[in-house]
Amino acid sequence: MPQALPVFNSQLELAGEPINFEEKLAAHGLELRASTIETLQVNLGKLCNQACKHCHVDASPSRTEIMTRETVETVIAVLGQFRFSTLDITGGAPELNPSFRHLVKESRALAIKVIVRHNLTVMFERGQTDLPAFFRDHEVEVVSSLPYFLEQQTDAQRGHGVFQKSIDALHRLNTVGYGVDGSGLVLNLVYNPVGAFLPPSQASIESDFKRELLARYGVSFNQLYTITNMPIKRFLHYLRRSGNEERYMRKLVEAFNPHAVAGLMCRTLVSVDWTGRLYDCDFNQMLELGIAPELPQSIVDFDPMKLSSRRVMTGTHCFGCTAGGGSSCGGAVV
Amino acid sequence: MAYYEEEDLNRFPEIGKHRPDLFEKFMAWYQACQEDGALTRREKALIGFAVAHAVQCPYCIDAYSQSCLEAGSNMEQMTEAIHMASAIRGGASLIHGLQAHNSVDKVSM
Repeated sequence: MPQALPVFNSQLELAGEPINFEEKLAAHGLELRASTIETLQVNLGKLCNQACKHCHVDASPSRTEIMTRETVETVIAVLGQFRFSTLDITGGAPELNPSFRHLVKESRALAIKVIVRHNLTVMFERGQTDLPAFFRDHEVEVVSSLPYFLEQQTDAQRGHGVFQKSIDALHRLNTVGYGVDGSGLVLNLVYNPVGAFLPPSQASIESDFKRELLARYGVSFNQLYTITNMPIKRFLHYLRRSGNEERYMRKLVEAFNPHAVAGLMCRTLVSVDWTGRLYDCDFNQMLELGIAPELPQSIVDFDPMKLSSRRVMTGTHCFGCTAGGGSSCGGAVV
Repeated sequence: MAYYEEEDLNRFPEIGKHRPDLFEKFMAWYQACQEDGALTRREKALIGFAVAHAVQCPYCIDAYSQSCLEAGSNMEQMTEAIHMASAIRGGASLIHGLQAHNSVDKVSM
C-alpha cells in the first residue's frame, strides 16, 4: 500500500487546482464500472437517536424522512425477484423505522444474508431493548460504529455518554452470543478517525481494539472495519469550520491508491434511499447524485441486467474511498 | 516576515531547487526509513514524533502528530513519547552537571 510521506508531498501542482476523480482514474488507465450486483443497500431513513459530528447522512432525532411501508414492500419484492446475496440495512438508525423488523424477517425468509448497521445506543430506546434477541433470532450480521476504544475520542465524535452506552450495548450483544467464538453470530465494529486524518491500517488497529476492549471492558467482537470520513455533509462542515478542508482533501488525493478501485463497494451494490430512488452508494445518495440517467432510477424499475456493469457516478468525495488502504462499508479494500 | 509558516510544510521540495541530486538522495533515504521493517510504522511514527519535540521542529511536530494518529496512536501514547523526549533532554542537561563538577573540582582545593 503506497503511503504518502508524513512531511513532504510530491504533488504540489494540485494546490489550488480543481481535483477531478475521473481524470485521476484515467491517469491510471482505470474507469469505475459496476460488476455483478451482490448487495442491495437500503437506507431506511434519516431518523436517528444520535447526531454524530461526522455523519454523512446528517441524521438526527429531529429528522422525519423514513421509508414507507409501501416502499419497504417493493424492496422485499425486488429481493424476492432477483438474486442478491446480501441486504445491507442502514440509516439513520434503521431500527427506528416501524417497518424495519418486517423487512428483516421477510429477507431472512428469502435466505438472504442481512447486515444491519446498528449504532448500539438505539437498543436503549423505547421498544428496542429486545434488539439483541431479535438480531440473534434472525441471524442478522451486526455492524456497529465505535470510533475508538476510549471514552474521550468516542464521545467527542458521537456525543456525550455514547461510549458508556455503547459498551453496555456490546455487553448485551456478547451475552446473546454476538462476537463470541463458535456462536456463528457476527459482530463487526467500525473505526473511523475522530478528526481530519486517515485511518490506520485495519489489521493494526483491529488488534488494538481486540486487546483493549477485552482487557478494559470484557467486550469481544469479530472484525474491525476502518472507514475513512467522507468530505460531505456534517463532516465537511466540520472540515470547513476547523480550517481543515484543503488539507484533508490534499491528504485524500495524495493518498490515492489505484489498487483500491477494484474493491470499491459501488462495484457490487446498489443503494436505495428512503423514497426508493437508486444510487451507486450511500454517499452519492446523500449528495443526491443519482445513478446514471440512462438507467432505472427507482426500486420500482429495478433491473439487474441494466444495472450490472453500469458506469458509476463519481465526484471529489470518491477520493475518500480510494485513499490509502481504501474504504468501503466493509472497511479497507486492499 | 513571520517565521515558520504552516504552508511551508508543503513547499519542502523547493529545497531541491539548487541541488536536486542531493535532495533526491535525501528523499530516497527518508522514504526508505519510513517503510515497514523491524519496527512497525506506528513505532517509527512515535519515534519521529518524539524526535520532532527534541529538535523542536514545528513542521515535524505537525507532520508526525498526523502520522501518529494515522498509525492508530492516541494522545495518551503520544504524550508519553513527548515525556520520553523531554526526559532525555532534561537528563542530558543534568548529566552535564558532572562536567561542572569536574571543572570545579579541578580548580578547587
